Amino acid sequence: MEQGKNTIEPVKAEDFLPAVIHCKMQGWRLVQLCATRLPGRYELSYSFAKDLALRTLRLVVDETDRVPSITQIYPGAFLQENEMAELFGVQVADISRDYRQKLYRIARETPFKEKG
Amino acid sequence: MAKLAKSPWLLHYDGSSCNGCDIEVLACTTPVYDIERFGIINTGDPFQADILLITGGINHQSEAVVKQIYSQMPDPKVVVAVGICACTGGVFKDCYNIKGGVDTVIPVDVYVPGCAARPQAIIDGVVKALEILQQKREAFLARRA
Amino acid sequence: MAKQSIVPFGPQHPVLPEPVHLDLVLEDEVVVKAVPSIGFVHRGLEKLVETKDFKEYVYIAERVCGICSFGHGMGYCQSVEHILGVEVPRRADYLRTIWMEMSRIHSHLLWLGLLADAMGFESLFMQSWRLREKILDMFDATTGGRIIFSVNCIGGVLKDMDNGMLRRLVETLDSIERDLRPLADTFLQDYTVGTRLIGLGVLKGEDATLAGAVGPMLRASGVGYDARQLGYAAYNDLDFAPVTAQEGDSYARCQVRIQEIYQSIRLIRQAADKIPNGPISVPVKGNPNGEYFQRIEQPRGEAVYYVKGSGGKFIDRFRLRTPTTSNIPPMLDMLKGCQLADVPLLILTIDPCISCTER
Repeated sequence: MEQGKNTIEPVKAEDFLPAVIHCKMQGWRLVQLCATRLPGRYELSYSFAKDLALRTLRLVVDETDRVPSITQIYPGAFLQENEMAELFGVQVADISRDYRQKLYRIARETPFKEKG
Repeated sequence: MAKLAKSPWLLHYDGSSCNGCDIEVLACTTPVYDIERFGIINTGDPFQADILLITGGINHQSEAVVKQIYSQMPDPKVVVAVGICACTGGVFKDCYNIKGGVDTVIPVDVYVPGCAARPQAIIDGVVKALEILQQKREAFLARRA
Repeated sequence: MAKQSIVPFGPQHPVLPEPVHLDLVLEDEVVVKAVPSIGFVHRGLEKLVETKDFKEYVYIAERVCGICSFGHGMGYCQSVEHILGVEVPRRADYLRTIWMEMSRIHSHLLWLGLLADAMGFESLFMQSWRLREKILDMFDATTGGRIIFSVNCIGGVLKDMDNGMLRRLVETLDSIERDLRPLADTFLQDYTVGTRLIGLGVLKGEDATLAGAVGPMLRASGVGYDARQLGYAAYNDLDFAPVTAQEGDSYARCQVRIQEIYQSIRLIRQAADKIPNGPISVPVKGNPNGEYFQRIEQPRGEAVYYVKGSGGKFIDRFRLRTPTTSNIPPMLDMLKGCQLADVPLLILTIDPCISCTER
């Protein structure tokens, strides 16, 4: 089946923003942001697409690490970054439209942080 | 039936449903099902509505909205919970953000189960609501007399 | 600078069947900024994957949204099947394609009706929805449900269509095509409709891509990207090209969606011709271990399904990025500088599906 490229590339925290800027320069568009819970850490996936190819940058951060926002590069990311912050408790720094944990205004704090 | 039960105005609000029942409620107002043959008009204004159709369970944010809409409607009023989520919470009952059915927030008069509730069932529920509306109206007038 | 005032829009609004709230910052009648506030429909469905068996979760995935329900079930199944390495029978792929395209027809007709309703063109709304009932009847006949179908399962589909049914489907599509022509003419050539659509909410190709627009929004701005070109299900056997328009205004978006209805009709005819015989599902053993990003083209645009499993019967993470999540930022750009009276219509032209967005 002709699927187009679909890759996952791990990046280090210090290379992360340059990698995103690089994607932007080459004309990739933002597809999605996703956080996944690992024991004591978060696995963040940032997917970009160009034509039919899809590439995902994979960043693993500690619970207390502050992750830089990519809204300065891709302004459309603000909704998904707020969602990551509210549902998982990922510390995202400097979102252009920061809802400060009030995007969905749910009763339970960071429900995805604990399993089950 | 008296005048009110012959030309009730209907208000629809989406609690936190999946859209399925909402489009079925809208489908009821269009040809093929045509709820307007009972004299019903779909309005967008709570101040003029007699019947409130709510679809979907209630989450922590829509709670205040539903309460407000209910309080804005003039007495007598009837609430119809459309779809199994509005009745009990349905498949979403276990979700962290769902409080449960509509009756956890406001009193419900008619329950229409189904996922998604079929237009026939919704119309049936609304017609039941008309009877209840009439009873409530008589009680309302008796209280005032 | 003129005095600014803030007008709240929603959550309960006659134009929107679903609750969404916007704070519109106005200067006189012109919108200078729109701040969305969502969460009225947030249920937390992604979390349920941790407590439901991965085979059972198909039914939850379908109920993320009642309009795009078939696509959500299919997207979830395809990503799990990819992780498990399950090869779905060809007939199941074709059946999925047929149902997916039927969903597109139903969704676009629904949108056309809502658009007419937003303009106050009631008879056009009624006519669009009357036509839509024909496709719902076919859904009812083939799956047993009008809105939620529950025909997808991991490893294939649960229901088959025999030749008589396929013939009936094609005949129904012929009549839909016939009845759609006068409707399409009204939408595209009527002077009144034109005044509400032409030149409104212009989004240029470059800006649309940058802001993350997908689906008909993107294609109406001249970018020919359609996730169906990836060739999932039976799309690699079928002949089609993305429908595009150049202007990027509301009229172009309406045009693209109407053309896509015709395209879907053609796709179903092709699929009904080519559908091979054979089984409709394969048994599935084992639990998913691995991760995969699956993209499919929903009626509203590209949706992304991410599944990550670690060998248990509960999946670790399911993520769904729906088209509307991606379309809200370009919508906010579009609202800047428009008249207050046009706001409901502009919101509608992205075909918002709030229930999908918030899950």
